[in-house]
Amino acid sequence: MIIPLQYNLRYLRTRWTGTLITAVTFGLVVAVFVIVMALAQGLDRAFVTTGDPLNLLIMRPGVQSEMQSSVSIDRYQIIRTLKGIATGADGEPIVAPEVLVVVNKPKLPDGGKSNLQVRGIDLKTLELRPQVRIVEGRMYEPGLREVIASRLVSKRFQGFRLGDTPIFGGGTWTVVGLFDGAGTAYDSEVWCDYEELQQEFDRRGGYSTVVARATDPAAAAALARTIDEDPRLKLEVKTEVQYYSEQTETSRPLKLFGTFLATVMAIGACFAGMNTMYGNVASRAKEIGTLRVLGYTPFSIVLCFVFESVLLALIGGIFGCLVSLPMNWVTTGTTNFQTFSEVVFQFAVTPRLMTIALGFAVVMGVVGGLLPAVSAARRPIIDCLSKV
Amino acid sequence: MSESPKEKVVAARNLSKIFPHGGEDVVALDKIDIDIYKGEFVALMGPSGSGKSTLLHIVAGIDRPTSGELEVLGDPIADLSESQLSTWRNHHVGFVFQSFNLIPVLTAQENVEMPLLLTSLNKKERREHVETVLRIVGLTDRMTHYPRQLSGGQEQRVAIARALVGDPDLILADEPTGDLDAHSAEEIMTVLQKLNEDHGKTVIMVTHDPRTAHYSSITRHLDKGKMLPVGEPGSQE
Repeated sequence: MIIPLQYNLRYLRTRWTGTLITAVTFGLVVAVFVIVMALAQGLDRAFVTTGDPLNLLIMRPGVQSEMQSSVSIDRYQIIRTLKGIATGADGEPIVAPEVLVVVNKPKLPDGGKSNLQVRGIDLKTLELRPQVRIVEGRMYEPGLREVIASRLVSKRFQGFRLGDTPIFGGGTWTVVGLFDGAGTAYDSEVWCDYEELQQEFDRRGGYSTVVARATDPAAAAALARTIDEDPRLKLEVKTEVQYYSEQTETSRPLKLFGTFLATVMAIGACFAGMNTMYGNVASRAKEIGTLRVLGYTPFSIVLCFVFESVLLALIGGIFGCLVSLPMNWVTTGTTNFQTFSEVVFQFAVTPRLMTIALGFAVVMGVVGGLLPAVSAARRPIIDCLSKV
Repeated sequence: MSESPKEKVVAARNLSKIFPHGGEDVVALDKIDIDIYKGEFVALMGPSGSGKSTLLHIVAGIDRPTSGELEVLGDPIADLSESQLSTWRNHHVGFVFQSFNLIPVLTAQENVEMPLLLTSLNKKERREHVETVLRIVGLTDRMTHYPRQLSGGQEQRVAIARALVGDPDLILADEPTGDLDAHSAEEIMTVLQKLNEDHGKTVIMVTHDPRTAHYSSITRHLDKGKMLPVGEPGSQE
């Protein structure tokens, strides 16, 4: 009892101007939906891909971010002696103290200021985070006021290109290398020697966090338990994966905003679709009557027009996805309200997101087409046939 | 027809249709009685507003009577639901409209195939049926043409092929030559006459043109919603 697909397809082609206008309306809604969600997804991805399950982040209990944490030097020394920590090629435990500060720096291109996270690291950090690699210049020299900046930071902040000499904490530093953080949260950071940073910001009493690498997952769990229970330490342990997953809370307002925006626009698009479909129904009243005379049931008429509306929305959806696809390579930033520093990340227009967007388009098509379709099916045949 | 067929195709008793219009009731059909038998070619004539098209629509199951009894092909069609009526029309009725009512975005062949898509015939069988009826109406060379590429007479022949393709028991035609020139009208009436005489189809046709009615075997007149008795001035059998 289904009216053939070619009937709908040829109508959409014949009335191509109306088809185009409505499809573009649907497409713009889908594009906004995809772009906002790609923003939120990109932000999530920056955090989610950052952590390593074997890396344990040791912090002061109850804090929400590394920035609020502090670990004393003597506790760091105790941690180094614990069992279950992997050893590096030099036979030393892979444990690294880290110092985090935030500096306020002008952004490119307009000079508006934003907080930038500077991470003081130990050279052991490179063993903990092998995904980070120098792509230009060289590694900083310990004991010198040298920094390496992520390539994305060098593009978004003034004074962090290779060879620049940014000033922060009162001292002048030199950018000696650029690194690629492989899409992780480290892409939003500048790294330097932790001892230099301690001196510059007068943090000689301790570190922000200590990161330790466990030999295996079982050892990671055991190590976390040992640190939790050791009365000398009084520290909290999270795996990096756990910590950065918690940071994805940052994207929640964006997701809510995106959903709200897309919903409001979708309602508008549904009305546009409805308007087009009411127009189609009105101009094809005689054909609807004819189809009914030929034996097509009211239900098949509903299916026919809903299907046409869905087709229209799908064309728009595909257009919207194509329009938003180039955003995949755009870098942007937002404030992480856990650390009050800028998170730099890339939009993530993924196949999954596009599938969801097309599903969203189908829903808009059904909603936009249903009422006109039902009105078409319910109209008496004689009324339909009498339309000129 | 040399011999009167006995099988009743349409049996109407006291059939009335009243339309509410501007706060008043308009009587379109007033207690009509009519019997039409298998193989007859009946022309319904009358002035505008006489109720002839209303009667045809009710017999086709696309409108419902206000009161009275009606059986078409033995089915009390006024009692059927909309969906049941749809199926009934597809199985039993071929309808020819005055203005052809072809679907402009489909070719002649696709238009004719539309009723068959509701049957269990496969694609090959449907194609064979379509070719057969287009051959009957003499349009095999226009199968892939769109309605806009056809003349009025050709469009109406496609519409007749569409009405015929499901091999219906009853062909109903509402002013089938109303939109055609004299030559095309003659062609169409010849086709309808051939369907009646050579293929034994029962045809009921509404017309106001006596030249068109001339092709039928029986002519009945309506006036102001009433069926005039056979033998009344203007009526003939």
